[in-house]
Amino acid sequence: MSATAADIHDNHDDHGPVHTGIKRWLFTTNHKDIGTLYLVFSLIMLFVGGLMAMIIRAELFQPGLQFVNPNFFNQMVTLHALVMVFGMIMPAFAGFANWMIPLMIGAPDMALPRLNNWSFWLLPFAVVLLASTLFMPGGAPASGWTLYPPLVLQTGDAFPFAIFAVHLLGISSIMAAINIIVTIMNLRTPSMSLMQMPLFVWGWLITAYLLIAVMPVLAGGVTMLLMDQFFATSFFQAAGGGDPVLFQHIFWFFGHPEVYIIILPAFGIISQIIPAFSRKPLFGHSAMIYAMASIAFLSFIVWAHHMFTVGMPLAGQMFFMLSTMLIAIPTGVKVFNWTATMWQGSLSFETPMLFAIAFLFLFTIGGFSGLMMAMAPPDFQYHDTYFIVAHFHYVLVPGAMFAAIAGCYFWLPKWTGHMYDERLGQIHFWLSTIFVNLTFFPQHFVGLAGMPRRIPDYAVQFTNFNAMSSIGSFGFGLSQLLLVYVIYKCVKGARKATAEVWDSPEGLEWTVPSPVPYHAFDKAPTYTPRNWGG
Amino acid sequence: MKKCLMPIWGSLFAVSTANAEWEVNLPVGVTDISALIFDLHMFVFWICVAIGFVVFTAMTVAMIKFRKSKGAVPATWSHSLTAEIIWTVIPIMILISMAIPAARALVEIEDTRGTEMTIKITGYQWKWHYDYIGEDVQFFSSLAQTSNEARRLGSDIDPNSVENYLLEVDRQLVLPVDTKIRYLITANDVLHAWWVPAFAVKKDAIPGYINEGWFKVNETGTYRGQCAELCGKDHGFMPVVVKVLSKTDYAAWLAAQRTS
Repeated sequence: MSATAADIHDNHDDHGPVHTGIKRWLFTTNHKDIGTLYLVFSLIMLFVGGLMAMIIRAELFQPGLQFVNPNFFNQMVTLHALVMVFGMIMPAFAGFANWMIPLMIGAPDMALPRLNNWSFWLLPFAVVLLASTLFMPGGAPASGWTLYPPLVLQTGDAFPFAIFAVHLLGISSIMAAINIIVTIMNLRTPSMSLMQMPLFVWGWLITAYLLIAVMPVLAGGVTMLLMDQFFATSFFQAAGGGDPVLFQHIFWFFGHPEVYIIILPAFGIISQIIPAFSRKPLFGHSAMIYAMASIAFLSFIVWAHHMFTVGMPLAGQMFFMLSTMLIAIPTGVKVFNWTATMWQGSLSFETPMLFAIAFLFLFTIGGFSGLMMAMAPPDFQYHDTYFIVAHFHYVLVPGAMFAAIAGCYFWLPKWTGHMYDERLGQIHFWLSTIFVNLTFFPQHFVGLAGMPRRIPDYAVQFTNFNAMSSIGSFGFGLSQLLLVYVIYKCVKGARKATAEVWDSPEGLEWTVPSPVPYHAFDKAPTYTPRNWGG
Repeated sequence: MKKCLMPIWGSLFAVSTANAEWEVNLPVGVTDISALIFDLHMFVFWICVAIGFVVFTAMTVAMIKFRKSKGAVPATWSHSLTAEIIWTVIPIMILISMAIPAARALVEIEDTRGTEMTIKITGYQWKWHYDYIGEDVQFFSSLAQTSNEARRLGSDIDPNSVENYLLEVDRQLVLPVDTKIRYLITANDVLHAWWVPAFAVKKDAIPGYINEGWFKVNETGTYRGQCAELCGKDHGFMPVVVKVLSKTDYAAWLAAQRTS
């Protein structure tokens, strides 16, 4: 049947968008357009969330309150996290998924294109709704992104709007996840087996299942908050026989898989880039897939390690401590395999590779602090201090976000047909890497020395490291303007990129011209795994 | 602006005599448990350093040795069962070596038997309430007035001029040394967490729950901590200050409280 359709519509490649102007973007069902929308949206959100981080860091530059009152500070802490997690990093990876998964598996488009359009267009509305809570009586939610009751129930008029924004973001993610699974399962070129799929596709397949499993749990949890507030239920209100800790269990049952929802696509991108610039196949392709699947499974049974101080029974603490420590094994396998991929390769250090190597080093540092916190007794000291803030920013910023930036440099020539400015890319890399460490490394120190997280003001002995951290964060924020300029310059036009872009990387996406035609792979291509001659 | 920057430049570049400003590690603390936790922390820290040394060295050597610009020719191998078994089994053994002392410590921490007195701690927005169970002594403990004035937006009071800025209260919790003290902890409104780093005690205060724990302080002195669970706008301004006295001084203090 597809052959007949292709016969009738000869030369699909030449078709451009049906609409032009704004309508092209509003009504598009093309995976490349939607991928671009996701990525641009994510970049905008990086600066929105980043601005909030700058407000936080400006206030923490020195002790005493200089710029904002504590309540507004808490609103910034909450919105910074929600915007960065749901508005920046998840849409960034959804953008990569839209652009690259069909190209990597030889599919003409995503399987459910209209759903795809809706998944994206929910996001701007959800984020505007969330941001609008800042202007409501009582201000935005100030309970931290974890939305713990009873505190979150003290939110003003903004409360139902914030909950509804979380619902919309969740619906968007669930639909994107369904689309990705259906695309991978049904539109993959028949000559590519599941185990032959590139690691980025695997990372996203597992992520999509995680999303479908846990997003409804979050939706359920926040809906129960809504019921408690407006319909006099007592799910989480002790006075009515409810249980405030129950919300934490529900939240982290979502929240822990969520961190792997963020990092598995990043693992996928890194697993594409390191072999390409090592000119050597990925070490242990199957082991890498099994490692991701193990991490995903374990992510469902470790959630209460976020809650060691809530007063769990000894047996509960013991279980969650030991299960959490197990995650180090598959994560270790991934780091070792990436290193083994580089070993005896032929390495070159273009910007994507630089960011990927920084990821290897700095994500590993985040992994180490994670291992330390897995142990319940020391966690009693680390919990809710700047040590944990340093930990998750190491895995999220030079971890997930660096992977996204690396992917952006890696595929930008494929998307635009132009090479980006390599010199500017490398400057962007060095600025980002230096400042990200200046921002987050000192936070380990103040955390261990006793500074709690989510405080607008601090005792004077924490001044030095906080000042360093603030300077680093301003530098890091400003450095990202360079990324925008590099992307702008590349899109506007520069040296033409070849179809392969890099030094014969492996994968179907490099067999189509750069820029990718509006419609590619009308007929399923034949995938033959490369013979490396080994 | 100049006022904002002065203390920063001063503190960044002056060689500090007070090491607290450059403190980079957990306190060893003044309880057996805090020392135990410190040892565990250092143990796992050094394990991380060792693993990091091996992994980062391998990465760095790969980056130096196998450069295309130096004419490196890529190998074609892409798996090695032996290597994969090695780097699965060794981490498992390392994890076991960490899990055993951690589990032992956890059992010890949770052993609340044989406590000699009980205090009840209740978190409020934004102060602590202490109740000496069976002693008829109870009081609230809030941020000290000096800190409270200085911390206001636009107060023009330099926090560096306030003694124990944000870490002082109007009424300290007074406790005896060398006594196994059981604490019960709950909250009146929202979640809080009672944290004294020197005791390695951090426990959430939760409405509707009464959590339990214990500590036994080995040295007299004044120990400071803060609320560690976001509890609203003044979360950063409800410190915990514990004054640990000798048993006789404590008995005298308690008697004085009862008569007053």
